[in-house]
Amino acid sequence: MFTIGLAHYLTVAAILFTLGVAGIFLNRKNVIVIMMSIELMLLAVNLNFVAFSHALGDLVGQVFTMFILTVAAAEAAIGLAIVVVFFRNRGTIAVEDINQMKG
Amino acid sequence: MILALVFYLFAAITVASGVMVISARNPVHSVLFLILAFFNAAGLFLLNGAEFLAMVLVVVYVGAVAVLFLFVVMLLDINYLKLREGFLQYLPTGGLIGLILLVELALVFGSWKFAGEAPLSVAAPIPDVAAVTNTEALGRLIYTDYIYLFQSAGLILLVAMMGAIMLTLRKRPGVRKQKIYDQNSRTKESSVEIRKVPSGGGI
Repeated sequence: MFTIGLAHYLTVAAILFTLGVAGIFLNRKNVIVIMMSIELMLLAVNLNFVAFSHALGDLVGQVFTMFILTVAAAEAAIGLAIVVVFFRNRGTIAVEDINQMKG
Repeated sequence: MILALVFYLFAAITVASGVMVISARNPVHSVLFLILAFFNAAGLFLLNGAEFLAMVLVVVYVGAVAVLFLFVVMLLDINYLKLREGFLQYLPTGGLIGLILLVELALVFGSWKFAGEAPLSVAAPIPDVAAVTNTEALGRLIYTDYIYLFQSAGLILLVAMMGAIMLTLRKRPGVRKQKIYDQNSRTKESSVEIRKVPSGGGI
Protein backbone atom coordinates (compact mmCIF):
# COMPACT_ATOMS: atom_id res chain seq x y z
CA MET A 1 0.00 0.00 0.00
CA PHE A 2 2.70 2.49 0.95
CA THR A 3 5.35 1.44 -1.54
CA ILE A 4 4.42 3.00 -4.83
CA GLY A 5 5.33 0.82 -7.78
CA LEU A 6 4.62 0.56 -11.46
CA ALA A 7 1.19 -0.96 -10.87
CA HIS A 8 -0.06 2.17 -9.11
CA TYR A 9 0.81 4.42 -12.04
CA LEU A 10 -0.67 1.95 -14.51
CA THR A 11 -3.90 1.92 -12.52
CA VAL A 12 -4.15 5.71 -12.55
CA ALA A 13 -3.42 5.75 -16.29
CA ALA A 14 -6.04 3.05 -16.92
CA ILE A 15 -8.67 5.03 -15.01
CA LEU A 16 -7.79 8.20 -16.92
CA PHE A 17 -7.95 6.40 -20.26
CA THR A 18 -11.33 4.92 -19.36
CA LEU A 19 -12.59 8.36 -18.38
CA GLY A 20 -11.50 9.64 -21.78
CA VAL A 21 -13.32 6.87 -23.62
CA ALA A 22 -16.45 7.34 -21.51
CA GLY A 23 -16.26 11.11 -22.10
CA ILE A 24 -16.44 10.61 -25.86
CA PHE A 25 -19.63 8.59 -25.45
CA LEU A 26 -21.24 10.87 -22.88
CA ASN A 27 -20.65 14.14 -24.76
CA ARG A 28 -21.53 12.88 -28.20
CA LYS A 29 -22.84 16.26 -29.33
CA ASN A 30 -20.04 18.58 -28.29
CA VAL A 31 -16.90 18.39 -30.42
CA ILE A 32 -14.84 20.46 -28.01
CA VAL A 33 -15.47 18.17 -25.04
CA ILE A 34 -14.73 15.16 -27.26
CA MET A 35 -11.36 16.71 -28.09
CA MET A 36 -10.72 17.29 -24.39
CA SER A 37 -11.49 13.61 -23.78
CA ILE A 38 -8.92 12.70 -26.44
CA GLU A 39 -6.39 14.88 -24.60
CA LEU A 40 -7.18 12.96 -21.40
CA MET A 41 -6.53 9.64 -23.18
CA LEU A 42 -3.23 10.92 -24.56
CA LEU A 43 -2.28 12.05 -21.05
CA ALA A 44 -2.97 8.54 -19.76
CA VAL A 45 -0.76 7.06 -22.47
CA ASN A 46 2.01 9.50 -21.59
CA LEU A 47 1.71 8.50 -17.95
CA ASN A 48 2.14 4.85 -18.95
CA PHE A 49 5.24 5.67 -20.99
CA VAL A 50 6.85 7.65 -18.17
CA ALA A 51 6.02 4.97 -15.58
CA PHE A 52 7.55 2.22 -17.72
CA SER A 53 10.56 4.43 -18.45
CA HIS A 54 11.12 4.80 -14.72
CA ALA A 55 10.51 1.13 -13.97
CA LEU A 56 12.86 -0.17 -16.67
CA GLY A 57 15.47 2.59 -16.32
CA ASP A 58 15.17 3.42 -20.01
CA LEU A 59 15.20 7.05 -21.12
CA VAL A 60 13.68 6.31 -24.53
CA GLY A 61 10.20 6.19 -23.00
CA GLN A 62 10.52 9.85 -22.10
CA VAL A 63 11.72 10.69 -25.62
CA PHE A 64 8.66 8.98 -27.04
CA THR A 65 6.43 10.86 -24.59
CA MET A 66 7.80 14.08 -25.99
CA PHE A 67 6.85 13.05 -29.53
CA ILE A 68 3.34 12.21 -28.33
CA LEU A 69 3.10 15.66 -26.75
CA THR A 70 4.14 17.22 -30.07
CA VAL A 71 1.57 15.31 -32.09
CA ALA A 72 -1.14 15.98 -29.51
CA ALA A 73 -0.45 19.72 -29.62
CA ALA A 74 -0.58 19.70 -33.44
CA GLU A 75 -3.80 17.70 -33.37
CA ALA A 76 -5.44 20.10 -30.92
CA ALA A 77 -4.43 23.14 -32.98
CA ILE A 78 -5.72 21.72 -36.29
CA GLY A 79 -8.88 20.32 -34.72
CA LEU A 80 -9.81 23.57 -33.05
CA ALA A 81 -9.11 25.46 -36.29
CA ILE A 82 -11.48 23.12 -38.13
CA VAL A 83 -14.11 23.64 -35.42
CA VAL A 84 -13.80 27.41 -35.74
CA VAL A 85 -14.11 27.28 -39.55
CA PHE A 86 -17.09 24.95 -39.32
CA PHE A 87 -18.78 27.24 -36.82
CA ARG A 88 -18.25 30.21 -39.15
CA ASN A 89 -19.86 28.39 -42.05
CA ARG A 90 -22.73 26.61 -40.29
CA GLY A 91 -23.22 28.41 -36.99
CA THR A 92 -23.14 25.19 -34.97
CA ILE A 93 -20.66 22.61 -33.72
CA ALA A 94 -23.12 19.81 -32.89
CA VAL A 95 -21.69 16.53 -34.13
CA GLU A 96 -24.91 15.35 -35.78
CA ASP A 97 -24.95 18.49 -37.97
CA ILE A 98 -21.56 17.60 -39.42
CA ASN A 99 -22.93 15.45 -42.22
CA GLN A 100 -22.29 17.35 -45.43
CA MET A 101 -19.87 14.75 -46.75
CA LYS A 102 -22.14 11.84 -45.93
CA GLY A 103 -22.92 9.85 -49.07
CA MET B 1 5.46 7.15 3.34
CA ILE B 2 5.53 10.82 2.32
CA LEU B 3 6.08 9.70 -1.29
CA ALA B 4 3.04 7.44 -1.12
CA LEU B 5 0.87 10.21 0.31
CA VAL B 6 2.03 12.63 -2.40
CA PHE B 7 1.31 10.01 -5.04
CA TYR B 8 -2.19 9.37 -3.75
CA LEU B 9 -2.86 13.11 -3.56
CA PHE B 10 -1.78 13.73 -7.16
CA ALA B 11 -3.52 10.61 -8.46
CA ALA B 12 -6.79 11.36 -6.65
CA ILE B 13 -6.91 14.95 -7.90
CA THR B 14 -6.02 13.85 -11.43
CA VAL B 15 -8.78 11.26 -11.55
CA ALA B 16 -11.32 13.56 -9.89
CA SER B 17 -10.63 16.36 -12.34
CA GLY B 18 -10.80 13.84 -15.19
CA VAL B 19 -14.32 12.98 -14.01
CA MET B 20 -15.19 16.66 -13.88
CA VAL B 21 -13.84 17.25 -17.41
CA ILE B 22 -16.32 14.85 -18.93
CA SER B 23 -19.25 15.69 -16.65
CA ALA B 24 -19.06 19.46 -16.14
CA ARG B 25 -22.12 21.33 -17.35
CA ASN B 26 -20.12 24.30 -18.65
CA PRO B 27 -17.27 23.66 -21.13
CA VAL B 28 -15.25 26.49 -19.56
CA HIS B 29 -15.26 24.50 -16.32
CA SER B 30 -14.25 21.42 -18.34
CA VAL B 31 -11.20 23.25 -19.66
CA LEU B 32 -10.26 24.50 -16.21
CA PHE B 33 -10.52 20.98 -14.78
CA LEU B 34 -8.43 19.75 -17.70
CA ILE B 35 -5.76 22.24 -16.64
CA LEU B 36 -5.96 20.91 -13.07
CA ALA B 37 -5.60 17.35 -14.37
CA PHE B 38 -2.52 18.36 -16.37
CA PHE B 39 -0.92 20.02 -13.36
CA ASN B 40 -1.38 16.93 -11.21
CA ALA B 41 -0.21 14.63 -13.99
CA ALA B 42 2.91 16.79 -14.11
CA GLY B 43 3.28 16.03 -10.40
CA LEU B 44 3.03 12.31 -11.17
CA PHE B 45 5.70 12.75 -13.87
CA LEU B 46 7.94 14.42 -11.28
CA LEU B 47 7.50 11.45 -8.93
CA ASN B 48 8.79 9.27 -11.78
CA GLY B 49 11.86 11.43 -12.25
CA ALA B 50 10.76 12.94 -15.56
CA GLU B 51 11.43 16.54 -14.59
CA PHE B 52 11.76 17.93 -18.11
CA LEU B 53 8.53 16.33 -19.27
CA ALA B 54 6.71 17.65 -16.22
CA MET B 55 7.81 21.16 -17.13
CA VAL B 56 6.90 20.60 -20.79
CA LEU B 57 3.48 19.38 -19.71
CA VAL B 58 2.88 22.52 -17.68
CA VAL B 59 4.31 24.94 -20.25
CA VAL B 60 3.00 23.39 -23.46
CA TYR B 61 -0.23 21.84 -22.30
CA VAL B 62 -1.42 24.30 -19.70
CA GLY B 63 0.18 27.30 -21.36
CA ALA B 64 -0.70 26.60 -24.98
CA VAL B 65 -3.16 23.79 -25.63
CA ALA B 66 -5.54 24.33 -22.72
CA VAL B 67 -5.54 28.09 -23.25
CA LEU B 68 -6.30 27.44 -26.95
CA PHE B 69 -9.28 25.33 -25.85
CA LEU B 70 -10.36 28.13 -23.52
CA PHE B 71 -10.12 30.66 -26.37
CA VAL B 72 -12.22 28.55 -28.71
CA VAL B 73 -14.85 27.74 -26.07
CA MET B 74 -15.27 31.42 -25.25
CA LEU B 75 -14.97 32.57 -28.88
CA LEU B 76 -17.82 30.49 -30.25
CA ASP B 77 -21.26 31.79 -29.40
CA ILE B 78 -23.00 28.48 -28.76
CA ASN B 79 -25.75 27.37 -26.44
CA TYR B 80 -23.79 24.65 -24.70
CA LEU B 81 -26.76 23.52 -22.65
CA LYS B 82 -28.46 22.42 -25.87
CA LEU B 83 -25.39 20.35 -26.75
CA ARG B 84 -25.71 18.58 -23.42
CA GLU B 85 -29.14 17.18 -24.23
CA GLY B 86 -28.98 13.42 -24.26
CA PHE B 87 -26.20 13.24 -21.65
CA LEU B 88 -28.37 11.03 -19.45
CA GLN B 89 -29.51 9.07 -22.49
CA TYR B 90 -25.91 8.22 -23.36
CA LEU B 91 -24.91 7.61 -19.73
CA PRO B 92 -25.75 3.87 -19.65
CA THR B 93 -23.91 3.16 -22.91
CA GLY B 94 -20.88 5.25 -22.03
CA GLY B 95 -20.75 3.94 -18.49
CA LEU B 96 -21.07 0.35 -19.69
CA ILE B 97 -18.30 0.73 -22.27
CA GLY B 98 -16.06 2.46 -19.74
CA LEU B 99 -16.75 -0.29 -17.21
CA ILE B 100 -15.97 -3.03 -19.75
CA LEU B 101 -12.74 -1.31 -20.73
CA LEU B 102 -11.74 -0.88 -17.07
CA VAL B 103 -12.47 -4.52 -16.28
CA GLU B 104 -10.42 -5.63 -19.28
CA LEU B 105 -7.52 -3.44 -18.23
CA ALA B 106 -7.81 -4.79 -14.68
CA LEU B 107 -7.67 -8.34 -16.02
CA VAL B 108 -4.53 -7.46 -17.92
CA PHE B 109 -2.97 -5.88 -14.83
CA GLY B 110 -3.82 -8.92 -12.76
CA SER B 111 -1.57 -11.31 -14.62
CA TRP B 112 1.13 -9.46 -16.56
CA LYS B 113 4.84 -9.49 -15.80
CA PHE B 114 7.97 -8.28 -17.51
CA ALA B 115 9.46 -10.60 -20.09
CA GLY B 116 12.78 -12.04 -18.99
CA GLU B 117 14.80 -10.09 -21.53
CA ALA B 118 12.96 -6.78 -21.06
CA PRO B 119 15.35 -5.33 -18.43
CA LEU B 120 18.29 -6.43 -20.58
CA SER B 121 17.14 -4.70 -23.77
CA VAL B 122 17.31 -1.16 -22.40
CA ALA B 123 18.17 1.17 -25.28
CA ALA B 124 19.36 4.19 -23.29
CA PRO B 125 19.87 3.66 -19.56
CA ILE B 126 18.89 6.56 -17.33
CA PRO B 127 22.18 7.96 -15.97
CA ASP B 128 22.70 8.63 -12.29
CA VAL B 129 20.71 11.72 -11.31
CA ALA B 130 23.54 13.00 -9.13
CA ALA B 131 25.89 13.11 -12.13
CA VAL B 132 23.61 14.08 -15.02
CA THR B 133 20.26 15.82 -14.63
CA ASN B 134 17.19 14.50 -16.39
CA THR B 135 17.04 17.45 -18.79
CA GLU B 136 20.69 17.07 -19.76
CA ALA B 137 20.39 13.33 -20.29
CA LEU B 138 17.26 13.80 -22.42
CA GLY B 139 18.95 16.54 -24.44
CA ARG B 140 21.99 14.38 -25.07
CA LEU B 141 19.72 11.62 -26.32
CA ILE B 142 17.37 13.60 -28.58
CA TYR B 143 20.16 15.63 -30.18
CA THR B 144 22.19 12.55 -31.06
CA ASP B 145 20.29 9.31 -31.55
CA TYR B 146 16.88 10.83 -32.17
CA ILE B 147 17.87 13.96 -34.06
CA TYR B 148 15.91 13.09 -37.24
CA LEU B 149 12.78 12.21 -35.30
CA PHE B 150 13.17 15.36 -33.25
CA GLN B 151 13.47 17.52 -36.35
CA SER B 152 10.45 15.81 -37.90
CA ALA B 153 8.49 16.60 -34.75
CA GLY B 154 9.42 20.24 -35.28
CA LEU B 155 8.28 20.02 -38.89
CA ILE B 156 4.96 18.52 -37.78
CA LEU B 157 4.45 21.49 -35.48
CA LEU B 158 5.34 23.89 -38.31
CA VAL B 159 2.87 22.25 -40.69
CA ALA B 160 0.19 22.25 -37.99
CA MET B 161 0.77 25.95 -37.37
CA MET B 162 0.55 26.79 -41.07
CA GLY B 163 -2.55 24.63 -41.44
CA ALA B 164 -4.31 26.29 -38.52
CA ILE B 165 -3.48 29.75 -39.88
CA MET B 166 -4.59 28.86 -43.40
CA LEU B 167 -7.86 27.39 -42.14
CA THR B 168 -8.86 30.32 -39.99
CA LEU B 169 -7.51 33.22 -42.06
CA ARG B 170 -10.16 34.97 -44.09
CA LYS B 171 -10.03 37.93 -46.40
CA ARG B 172 -12.67 40.49 -45.54
CA PRO B 173 -13.40 43.08 -48.21
CA GLY B 174 -14.03 46.65 -47.18
CA VAL B 175 -11.63 46.63 -44.23
CA ARG B 176 -8.92 49.29 -44.30
CA LYS B 177 -5.60 47.66 -43.47
CA GLN B 178 -2.05 48.90 -43.34
CA LYS B 179 -0.05 47.66 -46.35
CA ILE B 180 3.47 48.11 -45.11
CA TYR B 181 5.17 46.93 -48.28
CA ASP B 182 3.20 49.30 -50.49
CA GLN B 183 3.84 52.17 -48.08
CA ASN B 184 7.57 51.55 -47.89
CA SER B 185 7.98 51.10 -51.64
CA ARG B 186 6.52 54.49 -52.50
CA THR B 187 8.99 56.88 -54.09
CA LYS B 188 9.01 60.60 -54.54
CA GLU B 189 8.36 60.17 -58.26
CA SER B 190 5.29 58.03 -57.79
CA SER B 191 3.60 60.22 -55.23
CA VAL B 192 4.62 63.89 -55.72
CA GLU B 193 4.05 65.85 -58.89
CA ILE B 194 4.85 69.45 -59.69
CA ARG B 195 2.64 71.18 -62.18
CA LYS B 196 2.64 74.62 -63.63
CA VAL B 197 -0.81 76.02 -63.03
CA PRO B 198 -1.86 78.90 -65.23
CA SER B 199 -3.49 81.63 -63.21
CA GLY B 200 -7.23 81.45 -63.43
CA GLY B 201 -7.16 78.12 -65.34
CA GLY B 202 -7.10 75.38 -62.72
CA ILE B 203 -5.82 71.90 -63.33
